[in-house]
Order: sequence, then structure tokens, then C-alpha cells
Amino acid sequence: MMCKRCGQRPATMHMTEISNGKKSETHLCEVCAREIQAQGFGFAPQLHLHNFLAGLLNHELGGNKHDHDELTGKRCVKCRVFEGQIVKHGLLGCGDCYPFFEDRLLPLLRRIHGRTRHTGKVPERTGGRARLIKEVNNLKSMLKEAVSREDFEQAAQLRDQIRQIEKSIEDGGELSATQENNK
Amino acid sequence: MPLKKTINDSHSRWMDADGPAADIAISSRIRVARNLAGIPFPHLLDQTKAEDVIHAVRLAVEDRDVSSKVGNIELSLLSEMSPVERQILVDKHLISPELLNSFERKAVVLRDDEVISIMVNEEDHLRIQCLMPGLQLQEAWDLVNHVDDSLERTLDYAFSEKLGYLTACPTNVGTGMRASVMLHLPALKLIKQLGGVLNAIGKVGLTVRGLFGEGTEALGDFFQISNQVTLGQSEEEIINNIVAVVSQIITQEQAARNNLYKDRREFIEDLVYRAYGTLKYAHILSYEEAMRLFSELRLGIEMGIITGIHARLLNELTVRIRPAFLIKLSGNDMSAHNRDVFRAELIRKEFSKLQ
Repeated sequence: MMCKRCGQRPATMHMTEISNGKKSETHLCEVCAREIQAQGFGFAPQLHLHNFLAGLLNHELGGNKHDHDELTGKRCVKCRVFEGQIVKHGLLGCGDCYPFFEDRLLPLLRRIHGRTRHTGKVPERTGGRARLIKEVNNLKSMLKEAVSREDFEQAAQLRDQIRQIEKSIEDGGELSATQENNK
Repeated sequence: MPLKKTINDSHSRWMDADGPAADIAISSRIRVARNLAGIPFPHLLDQTKAEDVIHAVRLAVEDRDVSSKVGNIELSLLSEMSPVERQILVDKHLISPELLNSFERKAVVLRDDEVISIMVNEEDHLRIQCLMPGLQLQEAWDLVNHVDDSLERTLDYAFSEKLGYLTACPTNVGTGMRASVMLHLPALKLIKQLGGVLNAIGKVGLTVRGLFGEGTEALGDFFQISNQVTLGQSEEEIINNIVAVVSQIITQEQAARNNLYKDRREFIEDLVYRAYGTLKYAHILSYEEAMRLFSELRLGIEMGIITGIHARLLNELTVRIRPAFLIKLSGNDMSAHNRDVFRAELIRKEFSKLQ
């Protein structure tokens, strides 16, 4: 028996499908069976995250108007990516796309993450102000804890530390490496 | 030559089955996404610009300061490897299947023990990952954090005070972190409680995936539990959340195993020994069948029904019986049928060594 799909190679795979009480048989060669398998099931992604996300972005960014042409809509000033491209592929063009498309992205971020503000790690060297702010927040929660423990000595120390860092944030500057090492 | 060793040896540190809760938690993985400031994300880069990114990463990892802190790490271009070699890296879980698309623009950095790998120009410029045996998310994060700090000394990351680490896909922005634990849950599946457990996971902001990540099915009763949210939670919060949930699942799987042993001992022993017997004597084994049998045998090992086989061997075999490694071992391409014969032979040989 030859393969019912290509008609060129002998059929070695025989599949029987029963649906609604009706039996149907398919006879395939190894090559065709593998191709069909690759398309339909096994390791092929069932629902690709990017497609799903592109749908969400489409909703948030431009409605349906970018369906046909991806080279439409606003363009990021930095990487020149089109809004339509972002919607189509579910990927932003560069870091600057975030502030550039911010008003459109924030509702999406809220939908994905439930929040819109980063509270995790801040890079040591390039983090700058953000790192100081995080440090202050950490110290503040330590202060709260010290007060509840009635450890006023430590609380006073923490308060001074907080003031010092807050002052350098206000000055727009950063604690220099030496200052910090001397702490 | 760490890369040659990586490709020739099916073993990797994460397979050692010696971490905490290793009888259920196979491995723990942390990966963070990082991008270079001022450069478009990889999907917009042409060949030259992609090579610039690879060059920048190469300089950063070859910095003497980095190797003294992080260990012996080396960058390799994917274009320098054969298709089979690239696939072996995927099969060993060192790189994602996505890194194989437009591979001529991509690179991978590996530490010689394969605990740390960095994908260059995947969806983001850098994806730093750490893979460890057992439930060791915090330890994996400590290591990734350390590598990240070392690289950041010379690389400028795209970072915003408000949104954190900026990533190509908005689902990764913030910490850029995906923490995941690979669990082996055959007992919960046998008593048909798995659906409920996996449903509950979705409700606490975590997701479940199959053996090879996104979009793959759960082969061999392996399930990967990972966080969905990356923005608005700190790395520690994300890890604590997963550890809490995973610990619950481990307790439930353990209880299911105990109950099965108590109430249906003959059934479970029969299942395990049938799997053992088939693996030992079969002459044709498809990958799917072998994975199912491994899962059943592994259950027997983990429950103490079978002794004298270490789970480490099964972990290693799950990589060695994949088509890529079989082709590598035999030295030539094979039809699916010949692979099934060769696979069974390889397993028989390995099991006959045990007595």
C-alpha cells in the first residue's frame, strides 16, 4: 500500500480514527506522518505566547487597524519600530519603546502583571537613583521593625542613614563609591 | 574545550539528583533577561549588529575579573556547531529551542560544569540561567545574581527606575526573572488528582509547562512550575512564592505515593517492575514509550521499591535517548524505526551493566 498523502513511498503508519461512530482510516509513509505530527501535535506549540500577546497589544495599542499592514502607526524615536510591528510580533523594539509607548503599555502591563512598578533588583553600577530609593525603602522597613522591637538605638541609627541617603537623592547626586564604602 | 565536553557527554550537573527533595523536584532553574542600553532588541538586529552584541558579551565574560569570580566560562557561536550539536544543547536544557532560529546571529556562554549558561541574542540580548539539581531556587538565584553583577561592571543594561529591566516582551519586564522547578508527579497522575493541583497553580499566579518549556507537553510526568508575574514583585518574593507552592505539591505527591503503597501495593509494584522489565529487554522503543517507562521506573526508585539504580542514570538517559544524541552516538542519520531499535539497544546495554 502506498502513502495516501504523497503517493510515492510505501505506507507504514496506519491510523484509525473513530468520530461520531464513523470509522476512517489513514495510511501514511513515515515522512508524511512526521510532517503531519510536526504541524499538529507533539512538540508543536499549542498556543504561542507571542500570538496571544500580540492580540492583547493589538487591543491596547491600535484596535484592529494594524491587521493588514505592520508598517503603520507611531514610530519609536530611537529604534524607529512601527506600532504596527509591535502589535504584529508582540515584541517591543528597544528599551526606549517603553517610555515612548508608555501610555498605551501601562494598561497592558497592569493586565499581565497586576502592577506597573518595579520593586526588584536594581543594577549596581547603572542603577543610580533607583538603587538609592530602594535602599531607603529597605531601611524604612528595618526602621519600622526596630521601633516595634523598641530598639530605639538602632532606630536612631537607621533614621540618620535614611536622612543621609534622602539628602543625596534630593541633591540629584548619588553616593559616590568611596562615600558608600566609608559608611 | 568545555563545549566539546558538553556536547560529547550526556551528563550535566543538574542530573545528579542530589539536591533537596530530589525524589520529586528534579531540577531548579532561574533565568533573567537582560538587554544592552541603546541597542534595539535582537529581533530587530541585522547580522552585523547582532555580532556587535555577541562581541560586547564576549569581552564582558572574558574579563579576568569575571572568570575569577564566576568560574571558567566560555562563549561559543552557534554557527560553529553542527545541527546535532546545537540540538544536544537544547536536549540538555542548556539553551531554549528558540535559540536555534536564525542561529547564525546567536551565541551561548557555558561554565564548564554547565550550571551556568548565558544565551546571547535569544529574545533578549542576554538570558542568564542557572540550573541545579533538586529544589534549590534560592541558591540558583544567588549564583545568577552574582554572574549578573559581574557582567554589569562592563555592560550597560537597559533599566528604568519605574519598570526595572527592560525586555523585548512585556511579559518579562521588571525583574526579567523566570524561576522554575521541574517536578516528577506520577502518583498524583495515577490517582487522578493532577488536574486539581495544576488548576490551583494557575490561581496563584504560576504556570505549568511540559519538559521543554513553553508549548510542550508533559512527557514522562514531568511538570515545570514557574512564575508568570515579573513586575511589582522582588526576586525573593517570586522565589518564596514558588517554593511555598512547590512544597505543597511535593507534600501532596508524597502523600499520594504513600497511599498507593499502602492501599495498592501489588498494583504499584507491578507497574514499576513491568517498566523495569520492558526497559531491560525491549528491542524497539520509541522516545515517548521510553519516557513513560522511565517515569514508572523512577517512581519505583524514588519509593524504594527498586534499589541499585540511581535516578541520575535515568536523568542522563532522558538526554541520551533523544534523536540528536542517538545520531551523534551512531555517527549517522537514522530512520525513526532504526532510532527506536538503537534506543532500545542502548538502554538494554546500560541496564545490563547494573547487575
